[in-house]
Amino acid sequence: MLKSLFTEPKTPYPDDRGRYGDFGGRFVPETLMFAIEELEQAFKDALNDPKFAEDFAHYAKHYIGRPTPLYYAERLSNYLNGCRIYFKREDLAHTGAHKINNALGQCLLAKRMGKSRIIAETGAGQHGVATATASALLGLECCIYMGTEDMERQRLNVFRMRLLGAKVIGVDSGSKTLKDAINEALRDWSLNVRNTHYVLGTVHGPHPFPWICREFQSIIGVEAKKQILEMEGRLPNLLVACVGGGSNAIGLFYEFLNDSQVEMVGVEAGGIKIEPGQHASRFAGGVFGMLHGAQSYVLQDEYGQIGNTHSVSAGLDYASVGPEHTWLNSIKRVKYTYATDEEALNAFQLCSKLEGIIPALESAHAIAYVIKEAPKRKRDEIILVNLSGRGDKDVEHASKFIKLEE
Amino acid sequence: MNRIQRKAEELLNKNQKAFVAYITAGHPTPESFLDIVISLERAGVDIVEVGVPFSDPVGDGPVIQSASLVALRNGTTPIKVLEWISKLRENSNIPILLFTYFNPILACGISNFIEQSAKSGVDGILCVDLPVEEAEDYTHKAREKGLATVFLIAPTSSEERIRKITRNCSGFVYYISRLGVTGEKQDVSQDISQRVQVIKKYTSLPVYVGFGISKPEHAKYVARVSDGVIVGSAFVRFLEEHKGDSMWKERFIDYVNSLVVGAKA
Repeated sequence: MLKSLFTEPKTPYPDDRGRYGDFGGRFVPETLMFAIEELEQAFKDALNDPKFAEDFAHYAKHYIGRPTPLYYAERLSNYLNGCRIYFKREDLAHTGAHKINNALGQCLLAKRMGKSRIIAETGAGQHGVATATASALLGLECCIYMGTEDMERQRLNVFRMRLLGAKVIGVDSGSKTLKDAINEALRDWSLNVRNTHYVLGTVHGPHPFPWICREFQSIIGVEAKKQILEMEGRLPNLLVACVGGGSNAIGLFYEFLNDSQVEMVGVEAGGIKIEPGQHASRFAGGVFGMLHGAQSYVLQDEYGQIGNTHSVSAGLDYASVGPEHTWLNSIKRVKYTYATDEEALNAFQLCSKLEGIIPALESAHAIAYVIKEAPKRKRDEIILVNLSGRGDKDVEHASKFIKLEE
Repeated sequence: MNRIQRKAEELLNKNQKAFVAYITAGHPTPESFLDIVISLERAGVDIVEVGVPFSDPVGDGPVIQSASLVALRNGTTPIKVLEWISKLRENSNIPILLFTYFNPILACGISNFIEQSAKSGVDGILCVDLPVEEAEDYTHKAREKGLATVFLIAPTSSEERIRKITRNCSGFVYYISRLGVTGEKQDVSQDISQRVQVIKKYTSLPVYVGFGISKPEHAKYVARVSDGVIVGSAFVRFLEEHKGDSMWKERFIDYVNSLVVGAKA
């Protein structure tokens, strides 16, 4: 079993082929194999070096602002007339989302490997901002690939990244969104592997990326477990997180995987409806396939061409899902469901009004599920939701859909 | 023995260099596929690599990427590509290597894809994002159906990997001359000769070199230090630039032939 960064290993996965059950692996052109093997070895070495964990802990505390609070959402709990709802406040992490945990961790790793240049893909811009931030902190050259369609939708994040000293390169191919940005980042990496590290932003991609990202994000669940035990003296009944690639969800779930009494639900983007091209719910509309180096569920046509996706939230708008999630689904440890655009937008408003917390549209999908589920639960049950990011980035976009009273 | 293996051996025995040409099936139009392959054959090409277009071709540069998109918009599917190859077999025996990504194979089912390919007259498959570690089942099935399995070796491949990869190759070994993705480059790396020698320590198969060749002098240089030359993006670009030109076939044959002559000189 592989060593774990913050906790004891909870599963035998990934195995030495980078598999989670039948899922995952490393399906990349030979030009990338060297980089991927080098990275895997470097991360194994880092895990065995106490100094690496210390460095990360230092920055986690003094730079990211960890541990992030666990907050009892009393008004939302009362409003739903159900159980006790807690938010894990990843929205309060530096740069406003959980993405910084992985970005900073991987930039520290890159520095250890002697790489001077960082590249990353971004969809909504949160991972791009987090990577640009960590690169600025550590004095690394940074280059972010972003679909031109997304650049238009997320102009402020483009400005933020540039402000942080990163170069933002527009990707004009394919659907001009996240998957195309990943394609372009992979191409850059295969050309520049000798001095460049690719900071992949989620628990997807070829092994070791899903593993590395899980390790850095699992700090969320480790903190949350300690906090809920301190506050309530018992484990939560249910964990809820939104799932795009799935990094915030794995980050919360991993620590609890062997606590069989804790139920877990991952919430995908149901978009407009579950019809091809109108959603990003891989467990509802996907099939077994391989995209970006990992075997998992993929939204695709009958010939294996990757399908277009839709979600009001750019961070969930992706045609595949992390292989560990597909495995957790196959063994029925985690239940996967979806929330539609409309449900997410309603949750976005309700959470803002009742709690004074504007959640990211991604996180609003998790809250949308809680709104449906909490009233069905006993009053003493505990639901712990990962509030993975703050919604400031989304207000402009959301204002196109929401009519507020003057 | 399939046509690729036969051709590769024949060239080795005659001490001649091989010339392999890549095109994206369905680009610039589905109707032009047969004409393009026949033109390549007439220009003296030994083996044709037929690219099955994929929506997310991470191993390809901008030229082939946009050609793939055009082909997909034209309604190209793996089934259609195989139909065109069957049609081609009515009057051509040129060796055909399918160049594809793994997901279209998975979607079709590995056994089914291989069986249909063999039936249509395909001689071998190169699956660009299927590393040898994951290819056991695929290689076994392909060989059972008499298809060659070609894998890539990169400048960064370790000797350990070269050993593993060459063991899974049949027909020829494909060495990528430059890091990065497919596409034309201004010059051609100088360390090719050395790398080819390293590969040859592990295999008696011919080593062909591709990625980045667009001029007769590149072809000539690469052919001198290896067993053959693979040209792709340069031809796809040529076809893109000459679509709608009524003389495209003649001009294409001339251009391809200039590189073939360079390689065989």
